Amino acid sequence: MAQRTTEQHAVPFWRDERYLQLLGQLAVVLAVAALFYYLINNLIHGLAAQGIQLGFRFLRLTAGFDIGESLIEYSRSDTVLRALYVGFLNTLLVAFLGIIFATILGIVVGVARLSKNWLINKIAAVYVEFLRNIPLLVFLFFVYTVIFLKLPRTDNALSISFLKIYFSNRGIFIPWGIPGETFGSWLVILLVGLILAIVVGLILYRQGQRTGRMPLIGFWAPLTFVVVGLIGWIALPSAPLIKDVPVLQGRNFVGGRGFSPEFGAMLFSLAVYTSAFIAEIVRAGILAVSKGQREAATALGLSPFLTLRLVIFPQALRVIVPPLTSQYLNLTKNSSLAVAVGYPDVFAVANTILNQTGRAVEMIGITMIVYLTFSLLTSLFMNWYNARIRLVER
Amino acid sequence: MTSTTLTTGKQEILPPPTERYTVLGWIRKNLFGSWFDGILTIVGLAFIIYAGVGSLRWAFTSARWSVITDNFALFMKGQYPLEQVWRLWVGLYLLAFVVGLLWGVFVRQRSFTAWVLLGAPVLFALIVLIIGGSGGWLSLLLVDVLAVAGWALARWQPQRTRRAAITLLILYFPLLILIIRGFGAEGFLSLVPTNLWGGLLLSLLIAVVGIVFSFPFGVLLALGRQSQLRAVKTLCVIYIEFIRGVPLITLLFMGQVMLPFFLPSNVVIDRVIRAMVAVILFAAAYLAENVRGGLQAIPKGQYEAADAIGLNGFQKMTYIILPQALRAVIPVLVGQFIGLFKDTSLVALVGLLDLLGIARGVLANPNYIGRQIEVYVFVALVYWVFSYSMSYGSRRLEVALGVGER
Repeated sequence: MAQRTTEQHAVPFWRDERYLQLLGQLAVVLAVAALFYYLINNLIHGLAAQGIQLGFRFLRLTAGFDIGESLIEYSRSDTVLRALYVGFLNTLLVAFLGIIFATILGIVVGVARLSKNWLINKIAAVYVEFLRNIPLLVFLFFVYTVIFLKLPRTDNALSISFLKIYFSNRGIFIPWGIPGETFGSWLVILLVGLILAIVVGLILYRQGQRTGRMPLIGFWAPLTFVVVGLIGWIALPSAPLIKDVPVLQGRNFVGGRGFSPEFGAMLFSLAVYTSAFIAEIVRAGILAVSKGQREAATALGLSPFLTLRLVIFPQALRVIVPPLTSQYLNLTKNSSLAVAVGYPDVFAVANTILNQTGRAVEMIGITMIVYLTFSLLTSLFMNWYNARIRLVER
Repeated sequence: MTSTTLTTGKQEILPPPTERYTVLGWIRKNLFGSWFDGILTIVGLAFIIYAGVGSLRWAFTSARWSVITDNFALFMKGQYPLEQVWRLWVGLYLLAFVVGLLWGVFVRQRSFTAWVLLGAPVLFALIVLIIGGSGGWLSLLLVDVLAVAGWALARWQPQRTRRAAITLLILYFPLLILIIRGFGAEGFLSLVPTNLWGGLLLSLLIAVVGIVFSFPFGVLLALGRQSQLRAVKTLCVIYIEFIRGVPLITLLFMGQVMLPFFLPSNVVIDRVIRAMVAVILFAAAYLAENVRGGLQAIPKGQYEAADAIGLNGFQKMTYIILPQALRAVIPVLVGQFIGLFKDTSLVALVGLLDLLGIARGVLANPNYIGRQIEVYVFVALVYWVFSYSMSYGSRRLEVALGVGER
């Protein structure tokens, strides 16, 4: 370094570090560009030789295939784009529900893994060690073919009778609400309730800031929402949601809301499999809070529950959240395995389109962009969260 | 003199009294600490008895394991020709010998892990004997014999074997591929095309190829991401984040469906290699992130010290930084290898006949209709045994290297 500044003119440019760095970068960029040029050139020539053109105009064409389950209206005469959208919504559904169930299950198992009760501890350990060491795909096949396809036929379905929930090899059927005439006005009331709940939460937060005694915002704000919703339900002339119970008609259930065995298998295996990883994260997070913190809280006279809520959890959360979000992302990406059991998620639908139209490059590109968006959003959230945590830390 | 005072000192200072329980006391403390614990214990016990009795009854009465025993060779090696199977055994023997040598040179003592490793072939041999396989048990026991021979050789001549063991370890992988794949159309070690590879053999090979080839690539990516050069860093970040953002299955499909488009029309790459390329590209991005973790753990003083003694950038990395960084991330890398081994099951979805692919093929056979439980339980067990023993080994390694407390 010192040499360079004193004898700057004596160093020829091919030994000057600054030039070398610049040249090195240039060489790398050129090499990558050349590789891409080569690949894309091949692609264009190869496609031209087969008479295929690149482009996304085919998305406007008629799809021409059915999709087993959909959250929105869809028929085979709809466009390819809409079919993809159906798949996208299905991915969101299974990932969203999967994340919720996996979190609940993971926390339960993670806490059980720390239990002083030897037996519970060991059961949780076996659960975690078993699931973490087998591939998700094997588990998924097992769950699908051995549990969900082996459920009894519809005429003799397993049922939780007082809840009117039925388990059969045609799927799982639960009661559902059909929007009635007043559903629209009820939604407005719910919105008002939500705004009121936020206002109540803010007022309580201000009060807590002023007096130094934080009230239970997490209790009062949701309660406001629920009460407003209930008042609206009672006050409206007719019930906004009409109860719709599944009934066996012929070979299949009618009414209520049905979930296919494919969906059930996907949700079950994603939730259970991921819960094992979440359990380990939760356990590590709680263990990461030093023992002194717990002892100090006890010495201050906090009850065990308050110790957990005010001392252990906020600190554990800081360790837990980053790996937890990456598990959520993993779950979302793993939902692409739905193609193995035929649940129409975005990847399975794209695969169908690929097979029908031969648009390999476009379809794989679209699916990759969808998953990349998920992962980008997750990392944005992570950055935001980390920044917030750092504020708390000062 | 000092030694005597030391011993007397030892005798005088008694260790703290250890807690001792009677069996009943232990049960009381660990199972029925409070009424809530008691309820949990009873529920848990009921669950274990119910599930345990149910599975045992199923495994020994209603399960028909013939689907496994009949197709065992298929599960292990796929369509690999029967008259060439000795080559797989040679590969395994070589591995046993190399591991024995390395054990003798580096680990030296006989530990519990060694007994487990040696016990596994014996156990399999016993199972083969009970089921009534033909002669396989002798080949299995030969694995142990060679491993012990390697260990004994290394203990006898530690200085001379040290270099040989490392050379063999490095040469092992190319040699293995050579033995399995072969060359030339006919004669000794004739070519066995990759489309005949299958079963556990294929799963293991894809995982090993994935980790071996993604390693240098991943290290380069990690160094690139840490680099001062703006353009290099940007390219590496884009690559890593792109690969980590998409599911492996999309890469595998890309390898199967799109790779042919990206190559000149006269270049044909077979499907196994295409899957391996996808796995390598995928694993490299994850490996890069792991190695980056190790690089970031190296204190700045190490870089400065390397600069101070006048090493250039290349020497600084190869002699100072990378050895420390890689040592720190060995357990993480083992974890990644386990993940990769599990992920290889996805190649079944693009039509390759790995362990899971073979399982699905067997289930499609009308003779074995309705045997899903047996087959999937067996497949899960095989994956589990491999993954669990690797993670167990890595935990031991973590303790031995003392890198766990980072």
